[in-house]
Amino acid sequence: MSAAKFSNPVVRWIDHRLPVFSMLDHTANEYPTPKNLNYMWNFGSLAGLSLVIMIVTGIVLAMSYTAHVDYAFESVERIMRDVNHGWLIRYIHMNTASFFFIVVYLHIFRGLYYGSYKAPRELLWILGVVIFLLMMATAFMGYVLPWGQMSFWGATVITNLFSAIPLVGESIVTFLWGGFSVDNPTLNRFFSLHYLMPFLIAGVVVLHIVALHRFGSNNPIGIDTKGKQDTISFHPYYTIKDIVGIALFLLLLAVAVFFFPNAMGHPDNYIPANPMQTPAHIVPEWYFLPFYAILRAVPDKLGGVLLMFGAIAILFILPWLDRSPVRSARFRPVFRIFFWLLFIDAIALGYLGGKPAEGIYVTLSRVATAWYFLHFLVILPMLSVFENTKPLPKSISEPVLATTVAAE
Amino acid sequence: MAKSTSNSKSSSSNGMQEPARRDFIVVATYAMGAVGAGAVAWPLIDQMNPAADTLALASTEVDVSKIAMGQAITVTWRGKPVFIRHRTPDEIARANAIDGAELRDPQEDEARVQRPELLVVVGVCTHLGCVPLGQKTGDVKGDYDGWFCPCHGSHYDTSGRIRRGPAPTNLEVPPYSFLSDNVIRIG
Repeated sequence: MSAAKFSNPVVRWIDHRLPVFSMLDHTANEYPTPKNLNYMWNFGSLAGLSLVIMIVTGIVLAMSYTAHVDYAFESVERIMRDVNHGWLIRYIHMNTASFFFIVVYLHIFRGLYYGSYKAPRELLWILGVVIFLLMMATAFMGYVLPWGQMSFWGATVITNLFSAIPLVGESIVTFLWGGFSVDNPTLNRFFSLHYLMPFLIAGVVVLHIVALHRFGSNNPIGIDTKGKQDTISFHPYYTIKDIVGIALFLLLLAVAVFFFPNAMGHPDNYIPANPMQTPAHIVPEWYFLPFYAILRAVPDKLGGVLLMFGAIAILFILPWLDRSPVRSARFRPVFRIFFWLLFIDAIALGYLGGKPAEGIYVTLSRVATAWYFLHFLVILPMLSVFENTKPLPKSISEPVLATTVAAE
Repeated sequence: MAKSTSNSKSSSSNGMQEPARRDFIVVATYAMGAVGAGAVAWPLIDQMNPAADTLALASTEVDVSKIAMGQAITVTWRGKPVFIRHRTPDEIARANAIDGAELRDPQEDEARVQRPELLVVVGVCTHLGCVPLGQKTGDVKGDYDGWFCPCHGSHYDTSGRIRRGPAPTNLEVPPYSFLSDNVIRIG
């Protein structure tokens, strides 16, 4: 199946024995892609780019970082002040972490809007949720490494979530800590795992792409491609479209790195960790706030922890909650309204997670939490049955050709 | 694998005896493999539990005679803060004013102290592990004049018992003993 299409004899020789060039050619070049993808389909490649930036800057940072409670904070300050370009590398690492989550959240909402999780892409979606979980674990452990006040107390609060498990909870927490509190053994293992997990993510990303290429990308219309007239090759059409997105992404990242490097962080993390004193107002990094709001909305410890993990776990079964055969929200007028309500709900949870757990904020958190679960567990299954969807076009080419004649 | 082997045997040679024996060997081999894998995995997992030197640091001695009435001090035990409060008669009275059985984590005040005036509790909120406020004079002490956890709003009373907020249990009383009239050993 291979070899013949390469003109370079060295490439041909290698490819005959090790078909890497055929593989690359198949995944990036000849790979047929729906011709109507919009810019919402940029976030996959942007997430991949973010992962590469994180791994490269992370490996370099590890060369100057010391994973010890007495030196960690100072070694990070040394990176910021003394190591050549250390400030730049660390700020890129810090800010790309936030950008990675922005990109992935948009990627997830894209999938929700266009029904990308539906058959036959259920496993593709599930692998995506796995990547999301691994990202959260990696980000959490990375935030602990500078050993500032937020690092320490974030680690304490999050590891204590496991103490809510009946009977074995306390033993699990001691096991995670390697002691009786968050201390040097904890910092050491978090560093080890923080270094490991990006490579696990990269592995799952490969599976994610293999699953993607089985049926190809979904598209804004959400109907299957019916042949050559509906597709174009990935290269150069979507490589160039991705590069436009990458340029914009890097521009925004540069603005953050050079002008607002600490805007998405918390100033308390520039205070060295003090196990004897909790900061007055502890919050996790912004990308955890919606889940943090759910945790705090429940007055019961175990209930809060279960609901918080449930908020992510529910995404695993999403393909079976939304049974509507129509994928794209373009043809689902009622679903579209509820999609935007969910989007607003998620933003609201994020806002509430950053506020103190008292008064009106608790009430609103409860409403928003209830709505989140209501959306997935009640509204989506109901819509699958009761919604009148709009008629689907016969093929991807049909509406594309139609818009050139009449305005949509 | 196992299935095809036993099938070919049963169809070719002596009936039911042989495949049953084969199956047993196959199952036993898998079982041994699982035990072996578990034995290899266990040290790799158990190394994450507290090391010997961490366990060795498990006790702290404190001279409590220097704590004035109404004063509270914080000492470190196993890397965690321990609150020692020399309670005033008013605080003791308030702790005893309510029926301990009616609380979320039912416990009488006298079950939590060895001497009524000296309250020793681990200063870690039983919700998610923050250190509650209330040790210093200017601190917010919560609605029950004990401690208040700023993270998620748990209120503890003058006996360190949970009264309001998300924490499920009372502040833990660490094991401690009086080495002499003035010195206690925690742990």
